[in-house]
Amino acid sequence: MLARRIIPCLDVREGRVVKGVQFRGHEDVGGITELAQKYRDAGADELVFYDITASVDDRTVGLDWISKVSALLDIPFCVAGGIKSVAQARARLEAGADKISVNSPALMWPDLINELSEAFGRQCIVVGIDSFDEDGIYKVKSHTGAANATRDTGRTTLNWVEEAITRGAGEIVLNCMNKDGVRTGYDIKQLQAVRAICSVPLIASGGAGAAAHFENVFKQANVDGALAASVFHKNILPIPKLKADLKSKGIEIRI
Amino acid sequence: MLAIVDTGCANLASVGFAFERLGARSIITKDADIIRSADHVILPGVGAMPYAMQALHARGLVEVLQNLTQPLMGICLGMQMLFSGSEEGGAEGLGMLKGCIEQMDTGDLPSPHMGWNTLENISDDDPLMAGINQGDYVYFVHSYAAEISENTLASCTYGQPFSAIVRRGNIYGCQFHPERSGKVGAQILANFLKVKP
Repeated sequence: MLARRIIPCLDVREGRVVKGVQFRGHEDVGGITELAQKYRDAGADELVFYDITASVDDRTVGLDWISKVSALLDIPFCVAGGIKSVAQARARLEAGADKISVNSPALMWPDLINELSEAFGRQCIVVGIDSFDEDGIYKVKSHTGAANATRDTGRTTLNWVEEAITRGAGEIVLNCMNKDGVRTGYDIKQLQAVRAICSVPLIASGGAGAAAHFENVFKQANVDGALAASVFHKNILPIPKLKADLKSKGIEIRI
Repeated sequence: MLAIVDTGCANLASVGFAFERLGARSIITKDADIIRSADHVILPGVGAMPYAMQALHARGLVEVLQNLTQPLMGICLGMQMLFSGSEEGGAEGLGMLKGCIEQMDTGDLPSPHMGWNTLENISDDDPLMAGINQGDYVYFVHSYAAEISENTLASCTYGQPFSAIVRRGNIYGCQFHPERSGKVGAQILANFLKVKP
């Protein structure tokens, strides 16, 4: 049976892994390859690297660290950050990334999703969505890497998920911004709403703080994977213990 | 020497790195002579079958691959290319394995089939499967697949059962990505390198 995926997320900024609270006030949590190795050894099913400053600074993520991570890892990893063209995506895939994730540029030029999907196949095209709950309406934000750059997009999350899939997204990562870094649990209600219309794999992001949060998001929102950062970076929830716990609760988990 | 066929697809580096981790010498190449003289050949692939087959034709490698007698392993799309053809874009394959690649019927499950899934019905007597156990997890990313046949060494189920590993003579194929399948994937690649040319 297909296992539910546990995915540590590493926010990369200037060659280091950082973590903030609700996308603000970043602190250094370690080196890229050092943390990649650590999480692989701990049993992570996949890793996601977000260059959180890339879209904001109008540049793209560097490539040297992607090759180093690819040489090191025997599990898949996804790279995100300011990918605006097929050529930029190709360079990252050729450096050894298994998937590429687009967020802000896809909102500015939705055709980018079609172009990437046609060039590489939908299986390696992830669309990341930063969604904010405004009085029960889920709204898509862009350029969330810095407080003064975050923009409203005029799009609602459910519509954007459907459009992204139609255009060729092979996976959706839903970052529920209200929950980011606060460790009070995933936004089950929002994830259920998205799951109902999402025909491709769906990854939950934002809010993980305890093993029960993972259990709830798998059982109640039926997501394919759960992404988390601070709970792993701060060693609040060691991955081997988390996975053993989830397996004991009857969830299909790779041990 | 192991030759990794440069199919123009994007995951060449990660396949090369996987053999590097095993301490094996490999070369990524589209040179027909190097491929013919290699002890083992890997045919990697990601993306869409029509495009990938077109790349093999453009490189003049179709007949080279069809005539290899040393161990050859196709990975993911590379495995699918070994078959007669695919529903994906109606592409013709290399025709080295009988059968057509079909779009998976995943029912209510999300598609593509993406993530770690278990190997089932393992043929214990094949050296490629040494040290591999029923229920071992490997990493899949695909929406097309080969049905179960007499060439199936291990199967997997996602909505429907399909071939996870195939072998006929010197021709091997893995639908999953052994280069991204942890210790299990590394074991399969190491077993492949032990197959005598």
